[in-house]
Amino acid sequence: MDYVKLINCMRCGMCLPACPTYKETFLETASPRGRVALIRKLQEGELDQSERLLEYLSLCLDCQACASACPCGVNAGELVAEFTCERKGGEGLSFMEELILRRLLPHPDRLEAALAPMRLYQRTGLQKLVRKLGVMKLFPEPLERMEGLLPNLPARPLRQTIAEVTPARGEERGTVAFFLGCVMSLVFSEASRATVRLLSELGYRVVTPRNQVCCGAPNMLSGDLAGLKEAVRTNVAVFGGIEADFIVTDCGGCGAELKHYGHHLEGDPEAAAFSAKVRDISQVLALHREELRAKLKPLPVTVTYHDPCHIAHCQGIRREPRDLLRLIPGVEYRELEAADACCGSAGTYNIAKPEMADRILTRKIATIRATGAELLVTGNPGCLLQLRKGLAEQLPGVGIVHVTELLARSLDGAA
Amino acid sequence: MEQSFINELKTIVGEQYTLTDRESLAVYGYDSTPELESRPGVVLLPGSPPEVARIMALCHGAGISVTPRGSGTNLSGGSLSGGGVVVQTSRMNRIVEVDEENLTATVEPGVITSALHREVEGRGLFYPPDPGSMNISTMGGNVAENSGGLRGLKYGVTADYVMGLTTVLADGELLRTGGKAVKDVAGYSLNPLLVSSEGTLGFFTAITVKLIPKPRAKITMLAHFPELNQAALAVSAIIAAKVIPATLEFLDKVTIKCVEDYSHVGLPLDVDAVLLIEVDGHPAVVAEEAASVEEICKRHRCSFFQTAKDADEALKLATARRTALSALARLKPTTILEDATVPRSCIAPMLQVIQETARKYNLTIGTFGHAGDGNLHPTCLTDERDKDEIARAHAAFDEIFDAAIAMGGTITGEHGVGLAKKRYLPRLVGESGIKVMRGIKNAFDPKGILNPGKVF
Ligand SMILES: Cc1cc2nc3c(=O)[nH]c(=O)nc-3n(C[C@H](O)[C@H](O)[C@H](O)COP(=O)(O)OP(=O)(O)OC[C@H]3O[C@@H](n4cnc5c(N)ncnc54)[C@H](O)[C@@H]3O)c2cc1C
Ligand code: SF4
Ligand code: SF4
Repeated sequence: MDYVKLINCMRCGMCLPACPTYKETFLETASPRGRVALIRKLQEGELDQSERLLEYLSLCLDCQACASACPCGVNAGELVAEFTCERKGGEGLSFMEELILRRLLPHPDRLEAALAPMRLYQRTGLQKLVRKLGVMKLFPEPLERMEGLLPNLPARPLRQTIAEVTPARGEERGTVAFFLGCVMSLVFSEASRATVRLLSELGYRVVTPRNQVCCGAPNMLSGDLAGLKEAVRTNVAVFGGIEADFIVTDCGGCGAELKHYGHHLEGDPEAAAFSAKVRDISQVLALHREELRAKLKPLPVTVTYHDPCHIAHCQGIRREPRDLLRLIPGVEYRELEAADACCGSAGTYNIAKPEMADRILTRKIATIRATGAELLVTGNPGCLLQLRKGLAEQLPGVGIVHVTELLARSLDGAA
Repeated sequence: MEQSFINELKTIVGEQYTLTDRESLAVYGYDSTPELESRPGVVLLPGSPPEVARIMALCHGAGISVTPRGSGTNLSGGSLSGGGVVVQTSRMNRIVEVDEENLTATVEPGVITSALHREVEGRGLFYPPDPGSMNISTMGGNVAENSGGLRGLKYGVTADYVMGLTTVLADGELLRTGGKAVKDVAGYSLNPLLVSSEGTLGFFTAITVKLIPKPRAKITMLAHFPELNQAALAVSAIIAAKVIPATLEFLDKVTIKCVEDYSHVGLPLDVDAVLLIEVDGHPAVVAEEAASVEEICKRHRCSFFQTAKDADEALKLATARRTALSALARLKPTTILEDATVPRSCIAPMLQVIQETARKYNLTIGTFGHAGDGNLHPTCLTDERDKDEIARAHAAFDEIFDAAIAMGGTITGEHGVGLAKKRYLPRLVGESGIKVMRGIKNAFDPKGILNPGKVF
């Protein structure tokens, strides 16, 4: 790791109030400043790679709120992720990691097939029974938590059912390539359907290649650099063949990762060109505010918006989603306090570090309660899963949807 | 530190809040001061004032030192402890009371400064001290360092607002000083003595501060100056014209560029200096003062004068200014920030001295600061790995401080002496000054266990 990146931290502490884990613990070891110092002292030989040190670092959500707060340009979250990634170096992936990263994610068909029993399980009513009997309590906790997070899965993943080419409605203004994202396609296919529909309504021809693969973020998190590069190459090749104005995604996590492709394959002009075309859906929709406004029908509802870390901190997109919500006639928009504070989802963090994730989630739900809004809107599948669970447990009655779902409802004029 | 002693500490604050592992001790070995580090023996995070009293009593008995710590944002090494107990106040963060009848607020020491702002401003009240670090620093740290802020010119510093303190003395006993009575002349004034004591006289566990009504109106302005000297003269002229802005902040070219890189608020990159000016108070007066500030700036050849169009824009400008110090660290990894303060009529000559010294020692020094109260922050941008450069930086600051003292100024306007400026203190206060201070320290802490080695 680049030593200069570490000594650039001048320890001013400006990042402390932004860090969710510091806010919960008040521990320097759980702050961005402390994390940078731990890695630095490790490199300087003052500390060694103790279990405890790794444990401290693993409490970081990689939400990058610290990066937004740091005037010196230090990104503690990224440094921790980079450190973890370098340390693991793709060596010694666990059996589960190997299975998921190498055998499932690069092959959407297999991934989807793997989840089929889950759907069956949900649809036969087995899930209800299991939940009622508390059978999950018999399994190791992570599995139980995973089970609790999953909403009802759609009958079939979007990747299998969406047309490769969705024509533009009315006059065609251009082409966008749609990047599906595993979780969006598997779990939130309705939101992604709405995304495609909105693009088409605005005159875009939408191309959704079937042979795209996972964005690679899970590989990155596990230090599986080889797997990451493989994913990047595949996607760059797949999308390179499409003459698209933009490559659009409605998954904040994928968007952040895709925008890094140029960096992952340094010196590869095609990867750089790919990244340059990537847009979050809210960015594209915001280009066409007035046309959208003309199409939207009233929805009398009070809404608030949660900034996903991967959209606000990693991509710097904050205004567009809010502007879009305000476009909808009848919507009363209420700003959420600390809207860009992490919800605790953070990839698989909520499974790996359930206690901290719950504390962060509870704080988030409290801010949502304070707005009095009836509906929470956000733009990333991880947040949708985590917040859906949090709302169900702590604030039932408040619904949650993806930005594009709400816009699509407004197109239909039905809440 | 003996295990049996640590075990006793654990019974006070709990296992979870007693940190003894190497990793924790390593990261509690620094604060925001560059170059200084020193590991504590143990770190405690008590949850309530009585726990602090018990910790003090225990440590006093054992003759072990205690260093209070808020958020560790001080710039003088004040919260570093060599081997002793560090007590972090962050968990004691309750706003105990806002007394609207007496216009006071009482807080625990770990309350973050801006949290108090939010709480009282929601009720139409105002707590003016607002250090650049207000979103991080604690009230305990502010009192201990007598922190100033961007509003210091018109409203004064922390000391001007502290009305009452509950302090745990070195032996664990409680000392109450001051209170809610506006007037109080009974005996020696201990409050002002405790304010700016840098954790060496006692451990604050409750702080009562004065509140004032929230100003009804505010105008934020930004003036661009192609010449540094003209900006400095404009500062003196504004004050000479009997306009006292709430904020009168100065940023030089180096600082402007770094701040703009981070904040993108639209600061000019082609001028030598900007002044950020805020006037507040009665709407009619505010309008009048803003007009006269504009006239004075224009007279001093400001090339552009901008008035923030709304609260949002004003907040953006002020927030950008708050990031100045950290933003400067973009250029070089180690920023040595100093706190030289002169009578405000001497700002122009002081800026000249800083520039000349930087040139003489071949250093990059960015300067920003609370120009209105003469409190400048010449900040030397260095790389700690370059020992020669560091040595030159220290030599340069030696000269800068001497110049400040010669102009009737001081070696620190708000950051405190701590470890970083110990060696300059005798130059300023003389032998008699040090003798009196030692006597006071002895009266409070005869065993010398409270934050030893700081100040003198
Ligand atoms: C980016 C930046 C900007 C800054 N801007 C300003 C500014 O504009 N004005 C200004 O004045 N300062 C400024 N500072 C300096 C610093 O923020 C202040 O000194 C602040 O008051 C320190 O608060 P803290 O909670 O971090 O205290 P710490 O740094 O933890 O401690 C400071 C001192 O207070 C003592 N202390 C802490 N709590 C207690 C207690 N309960 N009882 C007794 N002693 C205690 C400690 O022992 C130590 O000596 C800035 C610092 C940074 C990094
Ligand atoms: S990471 Fe940035 S904000 Fe945090 S202490 Fe370091 S320099 Fe300051
Ligand atoms: S990435 Fe998030 S959790 Fe990690 S240090 Fe930064 S703010 Fe804290």
